[in-house]
Amino acid sequence: MSGNNHHPVLQLKNINTHYGPIHILRNINIEIYPGEIVCLLGGNASGKTTTLRTILGMVRPSAGEIYLDGERVDGLPTTEIVKRGISMVPENRRLFKRMTVLENLEMGAFLRHDQDGIREDLERIFELFPRVKERLHQKAGTLSGGEQQMVAIGRALMSRPKVLLMDEPSMGLAPVLVEQTFEIIQQINQHGTTIFVVEQNANMALSIAHRGYVLQTGRIVLADTAQNLLHNEMMRQAYLGEM
Amino acid sequence: MQRALPQQISDRFNFAAGVIWALRVIVAAIVVWGAVSTLTSGFYSASQWRDLFIFGLAQGGVYALIALGYTMVYGILGFINFAHGEVFMSGMMIGYFVADYLNEAGMWNGNPVLALLIVLVVSMLTSTGVAVLVERIAYRPLRESPRIVPLITSIGASFFIQYAFRGLFGAGVKSYPRMEALQGAITVLGVRILKVHVLVIVAVFIMMGLLYWFVEKTRMGKAIRAVAEDKEIAALMGVDIDRAIVMTFAIGGMMAGAAGLLYALVFNQVFFFSGFLPGIKAFTAAVLGGIGNIVGAMLGGIVLGIVESVGPILILSGLGIPAPHQLKDVVAFTVLVLVLIFRPKGLLGERLAEERD
Ligand SMILES: Nc1ncnc2c1ncn2[C@@H]1O[C@H](COP(=O)(O)OP(=O)(O)OP(=O)(O)O)[C@@H](O)[C@H]1O
Ligand SMILES: [Mg+2]
Repeated sequence: MSGNNHHPVLQLKNINTHYGPIHILRNINIEIYPGEIVCLLGGNASGKTTTLRTILGMVRPSAGEIYLDGERVDGLPTTEIVKRGISMVPENRRLFKRMTVLENLEMGAFLRHDQDGIREDLERIFELFPRVKERLHQKAGTLSGGEQQMVAIGRALMSRPKVLLMDEPSMGLAPVLVEQTFEIIQQINQHGTTIFVVEQNANMALSIAHRGYVLQTGRIVLADTAQNLLHNEMMRQAYLGEM
Repeated sequence: MQRALPQQISDRFNFAAGVIWALRVIVAAIVVWGAVSTLTSGFYSASQWRDLFIFGLAQGGVYALIALGYTMVYGILGFINFAHGEVFMSGMMIGYFVADYLNEAGMWNGNPVLALLIVLVVSMLTSTGVAVLVERIAYRPLRESPRIVPLITSIGASFFIQYAFRGLFGAGVKSYPRMEALQGAITVLGVRILKVHVLVIVAVFIMMGLLYWFVEKTRMGKAIRAVAEDKEIAALMGVDIDRAIVMTFAIGGMMAGAAGLLYALVFNQVFFFSGFLPGIKAFTAAVLGGIGNIVGAMLGGIVLGIVESVGPILILSGLGIPAPHQLKDVVAFTVLVLVLIFRPKGLLGERLAEERD
C-alpha cells in the first residue's frame, strides 16, 4: 500500500513557514503516496494545523516546495490548489452554520459543474452518513457535534479530492463517535481517496494509518510505518500515554 | 464579606434591569395613552388612516431597498458603509438628467413605461458603479484593518461623493419632470391609492423578491452567504472572496439605484445632499430589522416607513402635540433609540452577539 515504487501524490520538501517573525515549521519533509492514510501526530502548538494551512496555500511557506502529482503548487492561491484536488476537514468542523446541511454540501462542490457527478457524490455521502440525509434542510448550526463532523467530512468529499486533509477529526467527540469517525475515514480511503490526517489521539490515528510523522515544535522528529511507531519507545512515552 | 461582591454585582444588575423595565412600561404607557386618545377623539377618518398607512408602506419600501445595501455589506465585511446614502443619491441624480433629457425629447410623457425603464436602468447602473468604485478604492485596501477604519473611511467617502456631485452638478435642487401617467389615483380592491404609490409598492416587492431569490437560490448568492459567515472556509471551497464582496456592493448598489428612482417619483426633488436623510433612515431600518439579516432589512424598512407615517399622528396628536406630522424624523430616530435599548439585536437578528469576533 505504501509502495515507494510510485510517485508521491503530495510531497513537502524542506518546508519552512513563518507567522510574521515567528518561525513555526522548520524543514518539514513529508511524502504521501496514492491510496495511503498518513497521520501527522504532535502535541498542542507543534504546528500541525500550520502544516495543513501551508499545503492549502492559506499561509505561504517562506522556503521549500510543495508538489501535487509532481507539479509545484506552493505559491498558488487556495482556490487553485483546491481545484487541483486537495480539500480539508478543518479543525472544529467550521460549517456554515446559518446555511442548511444541503447548502454546506453544495458549497463543497462549488468548483464543480458536472451536475450528474455531484448528485452521485451526494448519494455516496448519504450512504456513508445516513443521518445527514435526514437533516438535509436543517441549518447546520443546529446539528450535534457528531453530526456536524459528518457534514464537514461530506463537504470536503464533495470536491472529489485526490488528497483529503483532516485536522483533528476526533476533537470534541465522545469515544464511540471517535471510533466511528476513524472507521469512516478507513472506508473513504478504501474507496480510493488518499488521506492525510492530523491528530493528537495517536493511538486511534495509528490504528488506521499506514504511516505516520511526529511533529515537535515545528520539526519532524520521527517518521515511520504505523506499526513501528506504535512500538517505538519514545512514542510510547510521549504520545501513547504509557509513562 | 466574601459573598458581598457577587451580591453587589447582582444588585446592580437587577437595578439596571429594573430601570429598563420601568422605561419599557413608561414607553408602552405613552404609546397606548396617545393612541387611545387620538382614536377616541375621532378626529381622523378611516380613509385618512389608510392613506397614511399606504404612504408609509411606499416610503418604507424605499427604505427597505436602501437598507439591504447596509445590511449586506455589514453581513460580509462587518462595518456600516455610511457612503451608501450617497450611492442612493448618485443614482437618483444621474437619473434626473436622463429623465430631463427624455422629457425634452417628448418621451417622458410620450412613452412613460419605456422612459421609466430607461431611467431605472441608468439609475441602477450609476449606483452600482459608485458602490463598486467605493469598495475598490476606499475599502479594499483596508480589508485587513480593524473595522473602525473602514467605518470612518465610509464617512469620508460619503462627504467626498456629496461634494463631488455638488461640484459637478451644482448645489441647486433639481426637479424630476412631472409624469402625467402617474398623476391621480386608482382603486384597488375598493381602496383608492395614488398611482405613484402603487408603482412604488409593486416595484419594491418585485426587487425584494428578486434579491431574495438571488441570495437564497443562486450559486453566487450562496457564495456570498458563505463568505459572510467564514471567509477562510469559503476560500477553501474555492469561492473568490473579492468577487463575492464586489457582488455584494453591486447588489446593494442596484437596490439603492432602484430606490433612487422610486424616491424621486414620490418626492420629485434631488440635490447633492438628498442621500443623507433616507440613508440614515435606511440604516435605522437595517438596525431595526437586525443588521446583517436580509429579511430583517426588508421588514425593518417597511415597519419604519409605516411607523413614521402613522406613528406621529396616532401617538403625538393624542398627546396634544401640535403639527405631529412634522415630527416624523423624531419618531424615526426615537424608534432607533428604543430598538437599541430594548432589542439591540433587532426584530429578526440573532447573530450580532453570537459570532462577530
Ligand atoms: N495566525 C497566526 N499568527 C501567529 N501565530 C500563529 C498563528 N496561527 C498559529 N500560530 C502559532 O503557531 C504555532 C503552531 O500552531 P498550530 O495551530 O499549527 O498548532 P497545532 O499543532 O495545530 O496545535 P493544536 O493541536 O492546538 O491545534 C502555535 O504556537 C501558534 O500560536
Ligand atoms: Mg491545530
